[in-house]
Amino acid sequence: MNQKMDEIAILGVGMHPWGKWGRNFVEYGVKAARDALADAEVGWDEIQFVSGANSVRCGYPGYVSASTFANALGFTGCQLASSYAACASGATALSIARAQILSGVCDVALVVGAESTPKGFFAPNAGERHEDPDWLRFHLVGATNPTYFALYARRRMELYGDTSEDFAAVKVKNSRHGVFNPNARYTKEYDAEDIANSPMVADPLRLLEICATSDGGAALVVSSLEWAARRGIDDPVRVSGISTVSPTYPNSVIELPYLASDSWAAVGDETMTFKDNIASRAYEEASVSPDDLDFAEVYDLSSAYELDWYEHIGLCERGDAAKLLRAGDTSLGGRIPVNPSGGLGAFGEAVPAQAIAQVCEMVWQLRGEAGHRQVDGAKVGLSINHGMFGHGSSVICTR
Amino acid sequence: MAAVEGLFTLDADEPRLIGGRARSRGSYFFPKSLAGSDPACLGDEIDEVLLSRTGRLWSFTTGEYAPPAPYVIPGEEFEPYVVAAVRLAEEGLVVLGQVVPGVSVSDLSVGMEMELALGVLYSDDEHDYLVWKWAPVGMSENGEG
Repeated sequence: MNQKMDEIAILGVGMHPWGKWGRNFVEYGVKAARDALADAEVGWDEIQFVSGANSVRCGYPGYVSASTFANALGFTGCQLASSYAACASGATALSIARAQILSGVCDVALVVGAESTPKGFFAPNAGERHEDPDWLRFHLVGATNPTYFALYARRRMELYGDTSEDFAAVKVKNSRHGVFNPNARYTKEYDAEDIANSPMVADPLRLLEICATSDGGAALVVSSLEWAARRGIDDPVRVSGISTVSPTYPNSVIELPYLASDSWAAVGDETMTFKDNIASRAYEEASVSPDDLDFAEVYDLSSAYELDWYEHIGLCERGDAAKLLRAGDTSLGGRIPVNPSGGLGAFGEAVPAQAIAQVCEMVWQLRGEAGHRQVDGAKVGLSINHGMFGHGSSVICTR
Repeated sequence: MAAVEGLFTLDADEPRLIGGRARSRGSYFFPKSLAGSDPACLGDEIDEVLLSRTGRLWSFTTGEYAPPAPYVIPGEEFEPYVVAAVRLAEEGLVVLGQVVPGVSVSDLSVGMEMELALGVLYSDDEHDYLVWKWAPVGMSENGEG
């Protein structure tokens, strides 16, 4: 695929603030949806398709999120799809809405995801399943999500000379950005000492460097460019590329939740990694390159993990991410701000809402409505993450 | 007895991980049930093979807080543990495992040689439930056994 993909318009965005509110996830999704509809000046009765990003932590209503949210907003007979792809669920839901729009099945759609999360480590579903890698890694190794983040962080230290101070500096940067975000859960500005004083969770990562689990909701109203133009909207923020790729064998890095990497014995290439491939598909679809980006929203599941993404999305060569960070390039006001929203460091993760929230931030940035966290003159943004078991997720928005 | 059957042998001195190998393609899998990620193996026979007992340390970390179930906390109170990812050269695989007790992160460095050992994952009134663990070469006799 080397041809530029047709675009769709983002007419409205909405979020329920992230936090630990302890309420029904449907409330968060409905609040976000209503805000997105109001922002778009589109009536709920005009929505022809609802694409729901599922939650697996909120019971059956979470598995059928599109009908759950449609019911809460009022059943109108619109078409529905509910999808789950772990942390990639939001981008998957957006990709389905785009396909429906570009194929002419619908003109205007609502994309929505929300979750209410328990405290502490994410855990596998109940039961005993000896062939489920997610069950095996907890039972046999005690490998939590931070275990994997820490293995990657230690690799950076060994291969590239990154330090704990570098990792802490990512969190400090993102906390400074998050101060200006009314939807962020954590709006305290942390310094290096705060981080060094927080408890070690998975050496070398400390508590303040690991993404928390949060409640939250986010929604988008999207349409064809023609439908937007008929509304008199000639210059909307556009979705220019979406990547939902799987890994390409062999992925030489152990990914969540597996006990082993792929084998490179037959291929002889030990350098391929999944995360390098995710952004390239989005770049191809949008016909843009890393040099065109004005900012990026990346999945900082840990402080060190953000540095991995700088390399995976092509902001620098492998091993050079800490140099960008130290130079201030990725801070607001720098050459290529990363996580102007504050990222997961300021939000914590609400799984099905998070990739949609990344798109909300891109829209505010591209409209020039991001207030004190505005990236001046932003025209092109990229968001990226991945869902456990191998769901790629990246969106490029342009204006 | 093994905490989960079919993933490793119970040879106390020289335990081995049980993996899969695609007969014509030659790629390896662990566990064997995850064969399939190599698209060139579609339709290939997957043979059960014993993986190398030793490899080089790829990365390592600690678990300082008790994981949720299905992790079973051995003993009365949770004890932090060390986790290693070890690169098996012949198979082209990096495999996770806990490190034998008595080894701390200050004893470890990326690239050092590690070998497979057996350790107790948890016990009940009837059995010790065993799992594979990684040990720096020469230290496995210090592990549980």
